[in-house]
Amino acid sequence: MSTAPQTNTSADLVRDSGGDGRLVATGDWILDNVKRLDKKVDSLAGQGSGLDASGISRLDASGALLLERVFCRTGQDPASAGLSGQWQRLFEAVDSACDDAHEPEPEHEPQWRQVLARIGMATVEVAQSTRELSNFMGITVLRLGRTVLQPNRLRLTSTVHHMEQTGLDAAPLLILLSGLVGAVVAFLGATVLRDFGAELFVIDLVTFAFLREFGVLLTAILLAGRTASAFCAQIGMMKSREEIDAIRTLGLDEIEVLVLPRLIALLVTLPLLAFIATIAGLAGGLIVSVLTLDINLTMFLDRVQQTVTLKHYLVGMIKAPIFAVVIALIGCLEGLRVRGTAQSVGEHTTTAVVRSLTMVIVIDALAAVYFMEINW
Amino acid sequence: MSAVGDQHDPDLVIRVNGLDNRFGSDVVHQGLDLDVRRGEILGVVGGSGTGKSVLMRSILGLMRPTGGSIEVFGQRLNDPDDAQRIMSRRAGVLFQDGALFSSLTVLENVELPLKSHRPDLSTQLRRDLARSKIQLSGLPPTTGPKMPSELSGGMRKRVALARALALEPELLFLDEPTAGLDPIGAAEFDRLLRTLQRALGLTVFLITHDLDTLYAICDRVAVIADRKILAAGPLSEIERLDHEWIKSYFHGPRARAARHQETTQG
Repeated sequence: MSTAPQTNTSADLVRDSGGDGRLVATGDWILDNVKRLDKKVDSLAGQGSGLDASGISRLDASGALLLERVFCRTGQDPASAGLSGQWQRLFEAVDSACDDAHEPEPEHEPQWRQVLARIGMATVEVAQSTRELSNFMGITVLRLGRTVLQPNRLRLTSTVHHMEQTGLDAAPLLILLSGLVGAVVAFLGATVLRDFGAELFVIDLVTFAFLREFGVLLTAILLAGRTASAFCAQIGMMKSREEIDAIRTLGLDEIEVLVLPRLIALLVTLPLLAFIATIAGLAGGLIVSVLTLDINLTMFLDRVQQTVTLKHYLVGMIKAPIFAVVIALIGCLEGLRVRGTAQSVGEHTTTAVVRSLTMVIVIDALAAVYFMEINW
Repeated sequence: MSAVGDQHDPDLVIRVNGLDNRFGSDVVHQGLDLDVRRGEILGVVGGSGTGKSVLMRSILGLMRPTGGSIEVFGQRLNDPDDAQRIMSRRAGVLFQDGALFSSLTVLENVELPLKSHRPDLSTQLRRDLARSKIQLSGLPPTTGPKMPSELSGGMRKRVALARALALEPELLFLDEPTAGLDPIGAAEFDRLLRTLQRALGLTVFLITHDLDTLYAICDRVAVIADRKILAAGPLSEIERLDHEWIKSYFHGPRARAARHQETTQG
């Protein structure tokens, strides 16, 4: 192992003590020593009348940059510095490439203007993306209409594939989540209602909560996180690899090929999942009721049968297709808005999840108020 | 080939001995030997799927070879971590499409290796060094604040070259540097490579399909075929070899045009 990297090198720039005050450069002018040399150059370069570079034993492009600075300050002709032949060529290559005219540093605007500008841009962005979303919804509905009229245009394989991914694969997690939330709701109800001796109403609480709200809401929240992000990332990567452009040049329509199968898949699976979530929530409530309250299975089912009307079920289920549309469209739209870079994919995926979650919760709140008002 | 490992010839920067690479039942390399000499530009050619990139990745420590030994700067690379440690300091790599970090500006891309390996440098000095590398790669200084997505393919390669040169490597790996460039841009890039290689005294490991590049700048050529290095030597020797692939590669119409151009110019 004879030639280990030479790290024990030295380099120096000193002012010649004798007579004419020339600067003398010695040693290895390489990246390892650049930090030290930079300081020396700054402190000495203005003083000397010329530079003697014949003592330089090694030079690389970084060292050459510093040498060039010295020559710049002293105004000396580099050729007269006595740089040995093999380094002269390197120096010339660096010297001819580098002019010291840097690009002007970008001027920083005052802080308050930056803040205002960001608020302004965010506002414009929200307005723009809202317009884009309604635009996109319009186009998708048109394509959906065409597909209904010509059913053979539907990409069946792709649709079923997305059903599996968004529906079947999400089911175990969803059952676990809603079961646990059902149990928690029952616990909360039991704690509060026990004082009134009204433990039986725990069943009402769980049933109402899951049929009207939680079943579908939990499903939508899970899918907004799980599916909107997946749609966005899939389509976004395709966009950045020009696959979307390829689809267009092949005379296909990206809405029909990519968006419709995802939308239809979600329209089918989200209501199904919402139903599963509702049942799982009720089961969670049932388990807690049976184990901790004086309620047995028959009582529970009896009570459920008395309180549940079709109305409650519909209040919940009617929201499922709306959530499906929101999640699928926002996920796909954000994917199509991706521009090239990996960072852009990340940003739009975040946006897709945040927007679809927000929309789901806002719509759910509005629907709750509406159904209260019409006494359903 | 007698002195393996114990005696190091300082003129051999890379020594690959009996390299084996297998993916499942798919044998890519079997007993592959290759030497790269100090200060040369070695062009590595071979058909698609013959394992040119696999060879490069093995040397760089981006993958663990199935067998064989690799020595770089006289040090035996026993595992990929070793290789990556040595390579990140002493070798620069230019990947096929540049592999610039898309979330960083051009200047930040070139600064990055300096930042991680030379944290003691002041910000100002680091920027100046990065700027000089950008200019050395033939780009105007105004390129610095741009994002990689705003650049053309040729400019991206130049930025990648600037980043590869940031730590003053002795050894440069290039994976198809002229692929995807127009002929004029490719010729300019070839010239730039030659100039820099001479000025900085670089050793270059160059994977290419580009016959113009081979004729214009390579000192030696290594041909990968049949899972090993079929032959390595000056172009004039390689051309004459009697092997099917070599014949069709060097004696097709494109090769004749490249050779003609080289003789009329040089």
